[in-house]
Amino acid sequence: MAEVVFFIAAIGVIAGAVGTVALRDPFYSVLALVGHLLCLAALFLLLRAEFVAAAQVVVYAGAIMVLYVFVSAYIGRLDHAVGANAGPGLKGLSFAFAGALFVELMIATLGTGLDALGDEGAGFFPAFGSPGEIGKLLLTKYLLAFEIASFLLLVAAVGAVILARRREGLEPAGTISVGDLFKDPNRSGTIEDHEAGSMLESGGSPKR
Amino acid sequence: MSITWYLVVSALVFCIGAGGILVRRSPLVILLCLELMLNAANLALVAFSRAHGNQDGQVFAVIVMVVAACEVAVGLGLIVAIYRRNIPVDVDEMRELSG
Repeated sequence: MAEVVFFIAAIGVIAGAVGTVALRDPFYSVLALVGHLLCLAALFLLLRAEFVAAAQVVVYAGAIMVLYVFVSAYIGRLDHAVGANAGPGLKGLSFAFAGALFVELMIATLGTGLDALGDEGAGFFPAFGSPGEIGKLLLTKYLLAFEIASFLLLVAAVGAVILARRREGLEPAGTISVGDLFKDPNRSGTIEDHEAGSMLESGGSPKR
Repeated sequence: MSITWYLVVSALVFCIGAGGILVRRSPLVILLCLELMLNAANLALVAFSRAHGNQDGQVFAVIVMVVAACEVAVGLGLIVAIYRRNIPVDVDEMRELSG
């Protein structure tokens, strides 16, 4: 039973990875990555890592991928195929590098005494990998790492806001922003086009 | 299931991600391929954690997820900033730092 689930999930993981790299549209790449993450969560469950699997689905496939979807919808479709004008030599070199890396990793994985670990892995207690156990570890043995992670998240959130904010005087005149869309009723895509006298107008013109 | 199978899957996904970073030119897809590589490392960590019967590897995987979330936030902020300034969103076009 575990073997069947493993091979289905592993095929899903690899297919999702190939789809992420090979699909032309970034939006479809993001969707392929979501499938990859869900199959990876199944693998984590097989490895008795319940909390990591749940965090994978909720945080990764749920929250982070929404960011990707929004940004890929914002910047629109880019006409970049795989190695569009990188030259055939460079593309072949890239694939050769990836293949060489895989061969090297296979030698490292299969050539070492990994079989000494045993087929089924070490024994585990019933609560292995449960949220309670992971939480206990995070708040006792790895408290410093936990605090550093929280601080890192804070710094990254502030940094992202500062990076992506609208700067005064930096934009060239032709740039379309959300504020311009609301100012100019001739542009499509706003509510004002269809509903005159909606809430947006009754509140006065929106300020940038 | 033998742990070696999980490591083979992990190595394969890692190599696919590395090849994608080298081949693709859109920064968004490069970030996605970076996620692939981080996830492959996560799978190896969790597999070794299971093999040794020790939960430390799973804590490490959770911390890796946090770092990946930070990287995504900053990276996507950079992409949005690049797009706002009408610079082509293409890693081959951005060569101001290459001296």
